[in-house]
Amino acid sequence: MRYAEALRLAMTEEMERDPNVFLCGEEVAQYQGTFRVTEGMADRFKDENHGLRVLDTPISEAGIAGLVTGAAMAGLRPIAEFMTWSFAILALDQIVNHAAKILYMTNGQIKVPVVFRGPAGTGNQLSAQHSQSLEAWYAHVPGLKVVLPSTPADAKGLLKTAIRDDNPVIFMEHAGLYSQRGEVPEDPNFTVPFGVAAVRREGKDVSLISYSHAVGVCLSAAEKLWQEAGLSCEVIDLRTLLPLDMDTVLRSVQKTHRAVVVQEEWKNVGFVSELASRIYEGAFDDLDAPIERVGGPFVPMPYSKPLERAAIPGEEDVISAVKRAVA
Amino acid sequence: MAKAATTEHNVPSREALQGLDRATLLRLMHIMLLIRRFEEPCDKYYRAGKMGGYIHYYIGQEAVATGIIPLFQPGDLMITHYRDHGYALALGTDPKRVMAELFGRATGVAGGKGGSMHLVDVERGFLGGYGIVGGTIPLGVGAAFALKYQGKKNICASIFGDGSMQQGVVHESMNMAGLYKVPCLFVLENNGYAMGTAVARHSAQTDFVKRVTAGYNIKGESVDGMDVLAVRAATNRILAQMRETGEPYFLEARTYRYAGHGYADNAQQQKFYRTEAEIDKWRKRDPIEHFREQLLAAGVTTEAELNAMDEECKAIVADAIEFADTSPFPSPDSLYEHVYTDM
Repeated sequence: MRYAEALRLAMTEEMERDPNVFLCGEEVAQYQGTFRVTEGMADRFKDENHGLRVLDTPISEAGIAGLVTGAAMAGLRPIAEFMTWSFAILALDQIVNHAAKILYMTNGQIKVPVVFRGPAGTGNQLSAQHSQSLEAWYAHVPGLKVVLPSTPADAKGLLKTAIRDDNPVIFMEHAGLYSQRGEVPEDPNFTVPFGVAAVRREGKDVSLISYSHAVGVCLSAAEKLWQEAGLSCEVIDLRTLLPLDMDTVLRSVQKTHRAVVVQEEWKNVGFVSELASRIYEGAFDDLDAPIERVGGPFVPMPYSKPLERAAIPGEEDVISAVKRAVA
Repeated sequence: MAKAATTEHNVPSREALQGLDRATLLRLMHIMLLIRRFEEPCDKYYRAGKMGGYIHYYIGQEAVATGIIPLFQPGDLMITHYRDHGYALALGTDPKRVMAELFGRATGVAGGKGGSMHLVDVERGFLGGYGIVGGTIPLGVGAAFALKYQGKKNICASIFGDGSMQQGVVHESMNMAGLYKVPCLFVLENNGYAMGTAVARHSAQTDFVKRVTAGYNIKGESVDGMDVLAVRAATNRILAQMRETGEPYFLEARTYRYAGHGYADNAQQQKFYRTEAEIDKWRKRDPIEHFREQLLAAGVTTEAELNAMDEECKAIVADAIEFADTSPFPSPDSLYEHVYTDM
């Protein structure tokens, strides 16, 4: 099934399983979701809880984020959809100062089991204000978990885990992945745990470590490098930035001795910077070359197609980085 | 609007006591006295380094918390900002544990992890005090949403100051409360100042009731926040209506704080935005003095009994300070506790 359908199935199954789970966001109900992720859900749940289980909201990101945080504090398990993670910036105070910290400030007495989800990352010429994810900002905040599925199976399994998690979860999908097809287990109890990276391709010459849409870019680059240069790349999909599975990453680097960390978002102060630091800390003696970071150039996203293409790390950027690492 | 219980010079009437029994009336006085006596010594301990951070006193505003909180039913919730000591005490939280929290000890209501601004008492429905002006208003709407979702007849009271009324998220929250019709009681403690900025200098529209009722289709009214019985009477009627209709309500309580905004807003600093004469004018309407006059005039109690109650409150606070000051600090391990429920 498609990634978008897998997300819908995850939410529907969890809402059927637990009456405290509800969903709200802009255009999620009557409009069927701007990316069709929530298609049919409003109808499915319309007769429950005064019609509040699948709820259209006004355009009020901060208010929405606060409302679901308060609802979670009072015992519900909300899912809040941001139409895009670019808009979530408006909700930053509620996410960072409230949702993330309430458990700690109350000494464990009040939990905030909320999932903030929506598409992140670049798309088709959406320009500067609609083309970011800022996952590094959220991974920087104690109290949040940060999840970025790259396949339909992971979309379903990780979203179910997120909904069952008692902590606030930043769940970043990618619009470019919504129509991607993949095998998805039918078992309604199938979940993918947090903090467990996936080795998507085994290799011995260099470790490519990435997440979300960029994983696919790494896999294409790895195939090209194998065909054209006989280089064997191991591709690791982090799946969750927080909690982060450094064990899998370090095991891979201990095997390959070279690392290329890849993300779509700006390289400067990006998550790849943290990852590189941690690899240096954990596997310095295993490295035969400096770590290569691949990330977006330090510019706001331009509109024009060729400019945008140049601003999004692609296969060629990964390939160049690998060649530098093995030089 | 309720008939005035008294003016500065008239003898208060028995009917102003709203047919409340002696025990209830004395309980209300006890709460206000306890809040007042709790707040008063804190400055000394702050200066001595026993308390730190930001501390915001409720002195002068006692009638608001006391008029509202005793009307709570089991399952009712409340949330507020950082001027929260009075609310914890009105709810019945152990003063020892509140003081211990201010002292940053492990025995505090939040294990020393929160401090003055972040008191909490889940058992009594207190979802906590928080430090971002305006930030709790959507939380309160969300908690009320949860009550409606779960089919409960309870309400969530969300208490905040006039400064909050200008935060964007408060507009968003009130709009959603009016739209979804959730049982949130918005309580605006209008003490005339957002820190050092008077209402007329921060609000284009100073009639907050008009703004909310017109802007969000939410019913609202204003009450004299220096009169505990007036606050109680209004709240009692409002809560009954809310439990019936499930709809939100906006209650402005016109009140005043004698102390500065917080510890740092000392007498010198306050000269920038208000006069001693103004503070004195409000002191003449002190909620505790006013209620004392009412109770004595109505023959509900005696000077001796009230003085004994006052001494009792002082003793409770002295015990609380002793408890706090001799309590252990949180263990070093607790630094890493409760960042997550499971990590």
